[in-house]
Amino acid sequence: MSKQSRIFEISRTILAITIALLIALVTILFVSEEPANALSTFLLGPLKSMRHFGNVLEMMIPLLFTGLAVSIMFSSAQFNLGAEGAFFLGGIASTFIAVKWALPNVIHPVIAILVGGLVGAVFCGIPAILKVKWNATELVSSLMLNYVALFFGLYIINYYLRDVNAGAMVSYKLAETSKLIKLIPKTRVHFGIIIAAIAVIAIFYFMYRTRWGYRIRLTGLNSSFARYSGIKTASVIILAQLLGGFVAGVGGSIEILGMYRRFSWQSLPGYGWDGIIVAILARNNPALIPVGAFFLAYLRIGADLMARTSDVQSEVVYIIQGVMIVLIAAESFMAQYRHKLVFKEARNRSV
Amino acid sequence: MVFIINETAFSITKGELLMQSELLSMNRITKVYPNGIVANDGVDFSICKGEIHALVGENGAGKSTLMKILFGLEHAEEGDIFLNGDKIQIQSPNAAIDHGIGMVHQHFMLVPSLTVAENMVLGSEPKKGLYVNIKKAVTETEELAKKYNLLVDPTAKIRDLPVGIKQKVEILKALYRGAEILILDEPTAVLTPQETKELFEELHLLKEKGNTIIFISHKLHEIKELCDRLTIMRNGKSQGVFNVADVTETEISRLMVGRDVILTVEKDDASPTDVSLEVNNLTVVNDFGKKAVNDISFSVRKGEILGVAGVEGNGQGELVEIITGLKEIIFGEVSIGGTNIKPLSIKEIRNLGTCHIPEDRMTYGVAEALDIEQNLLADKHDSDEFTGRVLTKPKVIRENSLKLIEEYQIKCGSPLEEVKMLSGGNIQKVVVAREFSSEPELIIADQPTRGIDVGATEFIRKRLVELRDDGSAVLLVSADLNEVMELSDSLIVMYGGEITAFIENTKSLNEEELGLYMLGINRQKPEEIRRALHV
Repeated sequence: MSKQSRIFEISRTILAITIALLIALVTILFVSEEPANALSTFLLGPLKSMRHFGNVLEMMIPLLFTGLAVSIMFSSAQFNLGAEGAFFLGGIASTFIAVKWALPNVIHPVIAILVGGLVGAVFCGIPAILKVKWNATELVSSLMLNYVALFFGLYIINYYLRDVNAGAMVSYKLAETSKLIKLIPKTRVHFGIIIAAIAVIAIFYFMYRTRWGYRIRLTGLNSSFARYSGIKTASVIILAQLLGGFVAGVGGSIEILGMYRRFSWQSLPGYGWDGIIVAILARNNPALIPVGAFFLAYLRIGADLMARTSDVQSEVVYIIQGVMIVLIAAESFMAQYRHKLVFKEARNRSV
Repeated sequence: MVFIINETAFSITKGELLMQSELLSMNRITKVYPNGIVANDGVDFSICKGEIHALVGENGAGKSTLMKILFGLEHAEEGDIFLNGDKIQIQSPNAAIDHGIGMVHQHFMLVPSLTVAENMVLGSEPKKGLYVNIKKAVTETEELAKKYNLLVDPTAKIRDLPVGIKQKVEILKALYRGAEILILDEPTAVLTPQETKELFEELHLLKEKGNTIIFISHKLHEIKELCDRLTIMRNGKSQGVFNVADVTETEISRLMVGRDVILTVEKDDASPTDVSLEVNNLTVVNDFGKKAVNDISFSVRKGEILGVAGVEGNGQGELVEIITGLKEIIFGEVSIGGTNIKPLSIKEIRNLGTCHIPEDRMTYGVAEALDIEQNLLADKHDSDEFTGRVLTKPKVIRENSLKLIEEYQIKCGSPLEEVKMLSGGNIQKVVVAREFSSEPELIIADQPTRGIDVGATEFIRKRLVELRDDGSAVLLVSADLNEVMELSDSLIVMYGGEITAFIENTKSLNEEELGLYMLGINRQKPEEIRRALHV
């Protein structure tokens, strides 16, 4: 991306975020009896204590994985929304390993995470194969398959892993050997954040410095050109979805092994959808995924704190998300401004 | 005595031109495209009633943009348009039509599945109750066709018509909507010499009936033959207005290009060696079940350029797709360097030493959102030269891109500039640089110089001849007659998916003769055509 268009994209994103925040703030001003308190908790709450900041980091971990997963899949121009299902099934699979298998300390989580990743890969690979073989829209098939994932996962929990002595529909306790260690005292920030950091770097290198990443990007930008250049676009599309699904599955496993004692999700946790927001904010660039993930996690935790200490509901965050995504996705937003810039520069050049 | 009469006659015609009222003028038009290219830079342009006014310039000089602004398809950042002295705003093609301005585009805007009459009235259909009055549409079309001597069958479907007739329909369509000023965007680019002649007669008639015509072209002999005045554009600027009679072709071309150009390619006779590409009894059935290529056989030897001439859409595209592996071979056999390519992938065909300059460079030739460096890498991103076991080698890649940018004179700020920021000619140079740098044995060049400036054209043609001299086999597909005739050593002519002629020595051929083969009016005997296959 040229410098000028990069600057433009950054300022466009910042403006979109600002407008979204302003709308949220105005909303808070109108609905709240104590707007000052609500606002300050919302914007600054996560910074006020280590525990709250720890919450932000905890939430960032799954967002990093799903954000990366979505950005890989979107880079191949496939709007595969299966990250949600892959994340959920990854959690189920690692629960299975954590409950049923007896393995030594370090090995146990490694195996559980890998199995979770593989299950996620298979899951996201299905829409890709349907697309390549029969030209079925990956958007629709992946969206629908998410519900298959949910109910299939719940079936596994209910019939194979359910602890009947616990009151709700939850699994047996995860084996202590399978859990990820906590890193920061007084918070629940776990070893997963280190794996996530490694994943960000590895995937950045993969996308921009290996032949496979090059093929994915080229296929995504212009598949006719990729095919003409001798690239087998069908395999590239499948590869990108498998890899995306793997990362999402790993994310789900790590979330379960790092944060929970039992598997207790009754519905899709939503991190896959959030991954889409993160990927859009980061423009599918793995290096920017941490920024997007941190931003979204911060907003969520801020809203959560606000809901607990004031009379404003945390759903305010969804207004912000909605406005932000609409403005960023709208190609023509600020297009006139960009054209003016272009015109001015062309003028300067010719003079 | 005679001398004096002549002089008076001359000054009278000149006086008449001056006296003629200015019908339309565009003042100080400036247009910048979103990618930063200044297409028009303070251009003045005006036409008089009843003239045929040529707008000439190289590809990319800004002619089409200026006319798109006049027709409301693009909007200028600066400048005004006056019609009969009144300032007008042209926000859309509809507004342009209301002002009596019509445009015939290079690529026809017709619905292939509808008839001529239906296309004519589309958007302003005569009604009969709730229904379209087709009968009235047909009679109106007939009347109009008769009036302007543009003979077409109103009930024929557009998809069954040849290009020349489609163009007539386009012109009629503009007239039907009441166009008095008619813009023709390179109308002869798709026509054979015979069709061009016919078009010129029709345009003369239109002029007699009081219409004004703007004729966009870069073919100077046509302008000399047809037009009254001309405006020359270069680099988005007007170079002035002239009476066609007062300037020579050399002067025009100098103003167009800014220097003298040699459009003839200097080359020695070819000394062909072994056969590189061999096509045997190839038949291609297209998606509509029609035979796009019908049982053709020919071969190209190393060290020669075989031209494929023909009006576009006569099977050349399908032929290229087959040879480069983009389309699967069903009937017939194609071999490159003795290897049958039927079971091979595109990659494997490329590995045989084949390179391909695609006809549509924006679809097949580049990824426009990617930088130059990455575009130069597309076909060899996984070669040992540029990538190790896992990671790519950025240093080697950078050296390669800098070398190619210099060698191919690609005008850009840096190798990291996005391809979409470049001009057409420079984008084509990126494609050519990538394809030629793989030391090709067989070059498939499909319209290699379409839509690019003279400088880049010269460069690419020269390079093709150089590669031929180094022993590459070249298959050159081009709709530009001048190009195929200048560049090819031998030539095949395609019409309706078949080869209608094989010309062993291109120099022995004249344009007239070629036109007859292109239209399928003349056809060589089968044994003459069979000579295209060297055994």
